[in-house]
Amino acid sequence: MNRHLISAGDLSLDDALLILDTAEELASTAERPMKKLPTLRGRTVVNLFYEDSTRTRISFEAAAKRLSADVINFSAKGSSVAKGESLKDTALTLEAMGADAVVIRHGASGAPHRLAGWVRGSVVNAGDGAHEHPTQALLDAFTMRRRLGRIEGLRVTIVGDVLHSRVARSNVLLLSTLGAEVTLVAPPTLLPVAVGGWPCSVGYDLDAALPKADVVMMLRVQQERMNAAYFPSVREYSRRYGLDAARMALLPEHGIVMHPGPMNRGVEIAAEVADSVRSTIVEQVANGVSVRMAVLYLLLGGASETGGQR
Amino acid sequence: MTGSWLITGAMPLGGEPADVLVRDGVIAEIGPGLDAAGSAQTLDAEGLILLPGLVDLHAHLREPGREDAETVATGTAAAALGGFTAVHAMANTDPVADTAGVVEQIWRLGRQAGRCDVQPVGAVTVGLGGSQLAELGAMADSAAGVRLFSDDGRCVHDAVLMRRALEYVRAFGGVIAQHAQEPRLTAGAQVNEGEMSGRLGLTGWPAVAEEAIVARDCLLAAHVGSALHVCHVSTAGSVEIIRWAKSKGWQVTAEVTPHHLLLTEELAAGYDPVFKVNPPLRTADDVAALRAGLADGTIDCVATDHAPHPLEDKETEWQAAAFGMTGLETALRVVHRAMVEPGLLDWAGVADRMSARPAAIGRLAGHGALAAGGPASLVLYDPSPREQVDPAEHASKSRNTPFAGMVLPGRVTATFLRGRPTVLDGKLAW
Repeated sequence: MNRHLISAGDLSLDDALLILDTAEELASTAERPMKKLPTLRGRTVVNLFYEDSTRTRISFEAAAKRLSADVINFSAKGSSVAKGESLKDTALTLEAMGADAVVIRHGASGAPHRLAGWVRGSVVNAGDGAHEHPTQALLDAFTMRRRLGRIEGLRVTIVGDVLHSRVARSNVLLLSTLGAEVTLVAPPTLLPVAVGGWPCSVGYDLDAALPKADVVMMLRVQQERMNAAYFPSVREYSRRYGLDAARMALLPEHGIVMHPGPMNRGVEIAAEVADSVRSTIVEQVANGVSVRMAVLYLLLGGASETGGQR
Repeated sequence: MTGSWLITGAMPLGGEPADVLVRDGVIAEIGPGLDAAGSAQTLDAEGLILLPGLVDLHAHLREPGREDAETVATGTAAAALGGFTAVHAMANTDPVADTAGVVEQIWRLGRQAGRCDVQPVGAVTVGLGGSQLAELGAMADSAAGVRLFSDDGRCVHDAVLMRRALEYVRAFGGVIAQHAQEPRLTAGAQVNEGEMSGRLGLTGWPAVAEEAIVARDCLLAAHVGSALHVCHVSTAGSVEIIRWAKSKGWQVTAEVTPHHLLLTEELAAGYDPVFKVNPPLRTADDVAALRAGLADGTIDCVATDHAPHPLEDKETEWQAAAFGMTGLETALRVVHRAMVEPGLLDWAGVADRMSARPAAIGRLAGHGALAAGGPASLVLYDPSPREQVDPAEHASKSRNTPFAGMVLPGRVTATFLRGRPTVLDGKLAW
């Protein structure tokens, strides 16, 4: 494995399977009364969050703490960042504090790449702009494998704002590595112009895609897209690309419904779909902790016995 | 210090070796076996190519306002080291060069610096605001004698204002240099829209945003019978449109930057903002079309778009970083690599595209030619070395060159401005 986890595209098939298998082992510890493992005792993990994302931050925090790492939460609000400190200076500060891993969430695509050039510790991308969110893709793959028993050969349909979605980018890369067949469905305005070169197929008709889908993953419609002429109205979007109960009935019997959260109920997903037995949305949250434990364990754990630098 | 110089054995425009006698700031004689009768200093130029001093239509010297990035003094030193004897200083300074007072200040700073003629470009609109014409006539009549006007950095996107500007400057033989970028199509744009923008999750800068303005402006220029110059052409489509406009006999000229002749969008993959520039680096197909356009004369000239920025404006996240690259000190070497080595231009062609044509487009007297009796503004270029570009050696105040570490051919050995050496042995002469 690389020292950093910045793009799902950097993971080989073996890397990805190793993370999923490790997550499976670690998940079993969550069922014990004593959830903590001593693996990362004495290591420091910094959660560097430039965007509010309570769900992702607490998921990483829980993962690090269950591995006994020391966790420092560094939020852009109320820190020197708000006073205009540069990412580089923040990186040098974290470096001086001895961070073994920095989990970064940032609104700018590529911020984790820049950070990796300035710190010696491992960088874990927890979402950068419209670029990637690799641990989300890993937890989605983990969830699919738990529900459906495999990933290879699965037909996965990802629906919505692909253009601005880091979740979609990471999922396309990871799922194609793992051998799934990915189809993107969206209005043409919300697809990148060169999406034809991605390792997936593309369609505009959700009803046509659903009967063949083992998995349908609904992406969140961001508030700021709603008034930027990407589609005429929220109502029309919902009518053409939202998943309601009638559409869900088009899925094969074993088909599951995923959403990375947070959801806009009534826009991209109807409440009765979100709460149905096909929905994996709550499991995805739980699985997120296991997968992030696996990532931190594999990036940092190997060095802990020797206490060495990478 | 002007003195007399006998330059021996140089190859004018890459041709047969000849000697050049420089006296009183002019080329007294060019020919084989000249004798200076002992009074001149001799410069052995065997194996060196002799070109007229280069003329840059497009540089950001940052003074006044951003002296932390560049000053007229450091920018002209960089220009001299790159073989330039004249540079056009773009108007997006602070204050903006939109009045006779500011353009005269910049012109005077250039005279004081002395290493390279500085010809200020005047803003088209007040404060580059795009809503009201600046006092173009006052700038034309000023000591700076402005003929080239541009809101570079911003596009004059209002069609009526662009039409009026094109018409108005006809009164004093001016030309409008357009930064062609449809603003609504490029809101927040970071990299070329295409495979890379999709992969990197960065907002795309589509080729059509340039081409739509180029096409509109060609039609406007034709309609009012005025001269249009297109800045930093970056797409294959723009080259085709300009080729078509020229075929109609319209007064349209265009420039291309060295970086758009050599670099492609793939360089953005590591999110290092040293490769962030506006217009963005494009595809290999665009590069090929730009080279072909420069070779066949569709694109008239090379202009650097030298855009220095301090380190802190580049050591950031990509989308927070400033647009722009330095280019004065590497331009000739890049053109050597991109155009001469593949056989697309010979040295006479380089002299045309980097000196004669830009001087003509800028209505700049005293530059662009290599002839007995004319001003001795010239450059000697050694085509043989191949060395890595080391930004630490640059005279520019800024270090944001995308060519750092790249091996490029050639070396500017000497530059003369009206008979006075500004560069000797590859170093500033004074």
